[in-house]
Amino acid sequence: MNYLEHIGKYFIMLKQVFKKPQKWSVFKETLFREIEDLGLKSLGIIMFISFFVGGVVAIQTALNVDSPFIPKYLIGFATKRSMILEFAPTFMSVILAGKVGSYISSSIGTMRVTEQIDALEVMGINSLNYLVLPKIIATLFFYPILIVLAMFLGIYGGYIAGLLTGRFFSEDYIYGIQLDFDPYFIKYALIKTLVFAFVIATIPAYHGYYVKGGSLEVGRASTQAVVWTSVVIILLNYFLTQMLLG
Amino acid sequence: MIEVKDLYKEFSGIPVLKGVSTTFEKGKTSMIIGQSGSGKTVFLKCLLGLHIPEKGEICFDGRKHTELTIKTKRQLRKEIGMVFQGGALYDSLTVEENIMFPLKMFTKNSYSEMLNRVNFVLDRVNLVNANKKFPAEISGGMQKRVAIARAIVMNPKYLFCDEPNSGLDPNTATLIDNLIQEITKEYDMITVINSHDMNSVMEIGEKIVFLKDGVKAWEGTNKEIFKTENEAIVNFVYSSNLFRKVREAYLNETNQ
Repeated sequence: MNYLEHIGKYFIMLKQVFKKPQKWSVFKETLFREIEDLGLKSLGIIMFISFFVGGVVAIQTALNVDSPFIPKYLIGFATKRSMILEFAPTFMSVILAGKVGSYISSSIGTMRVTEQIDALEVMGINSLNYLVLPKIIATLFFYPILIVLAMFLGIYGGYIAGLLTGRFFSEDYIYGIQLDFDPYFIKYALIKTLVFAFVIATIPAYHGYYVKGGSLEVGRASTQAVVWTSVVIILLNYFLTQMLLG
Repeated sequence: MIEVKDLYKEFSGIPVLKGVSTTFEKGKTSMIIGQSGSGKTVFLKCLLGLHIPEKGEICFDGRKHTELTIKTKRQLRKEIGMVFQGGALYDSLTVEENIMFPLKMFTKNSYSEMLNRVNFVLDRVNLVNANKKFPAEISGGMQKRVAIARAIVMNPKYLFCDEPNSGLDPNTATLIDNLIQEITKEYDMITVINSHDMNSVMEIGEKIVFLKDGVKAWEGTNKEIFKTENEAIVNFVYSSNLFRKVREAYLNETNQ
């Protein structure tokens, strides 16, 4: 199947997804379960990675800023900018594409090959709407929270790295993170996050939903889902940056 | 009554069903049999609306499947119960939640009313103390019973089963067969079973449709299957020594 056919099929899938849920009480129940599975269960890994990435960014900046003519507060400034603009929204989204994307793809794919999706269809349930819409809403709702947390923890990680290594003073770092703060950057990061959250929920769902075969194919679909989600995130990141900051 | 007229289905230009016509009646257990690749599953999926046939008609009590709107098709599907080969139970839900799922989706009953209905159908399929277990925690036979319970919880008019006793020991398979037949009579349903199992065919096949290479090669009852001279079905059903001997014994007995 060529790429255009996949793209067309993906948008046809979205048309089925965005229908009114058949029963709001069931939708609400599913939505809370998805928030837990896709959001809350990703909290630990996001906190861990963002904290250490922030620390590493601060240390590397400190190592590269050894000229006495460059003020040390630039370390805090650079860490803040890197975390808010790129590391939190994009890097964390790629991490989530791996963790959550493979989960979505394999869980829907397994439902497909074990005829659970057929069982939904036979009952008269719009399976795409039932399975995918709660995932989209859950990711759109929860990922901005995760990314804001990642920004905060990354910047905090840089601060702790400074304290532990002694490579820069905490006063300089705090001055740096307060310097030239532009709230638009947060808005930019959150817009990117929302777009990426949509991609993370829908591309793996597409790969899982249309899988054919058995467990081997589910595994393959899962890998494909992670690869394509990451590729789309990176490409969209480029275009969104040009559109919003260029 | 379900009427199937001249059903034709192909995949990528390769015909799988080549004009199959038959009828399925109320209160009877009908069976579709045939070798692997003969088109049984495709036929069943066409009946369920999971495959759209290229040609032909399927009428559910006068309602033409091809002419239904999305809304009426959904309504019709609520009248259908399906037992999938592997059970197709939702892994993340308990036995109770699996059976309650269609009730939650399509009724406005209170939780206690739904629970009563769940317990009633679980009792009907002779499954006790399994409400809170997950599908992975129960045996294959129990999973089939849960699947049957889920299929009948909405009081369907039509029950479809895809190899309901595959992978089960002979004892459990017979229990499942008898259960399906009892339920069919009790609820006056139209039951269509897709099966390879000749024991089931002989035991509960009140109507048998034999498919060969996408064509209906024979049609009759489990009594007529002993007497038929149709070469295709004789070769298929009596391929084992045991069944040949059973047939000879039956014919000797009826001739005396």
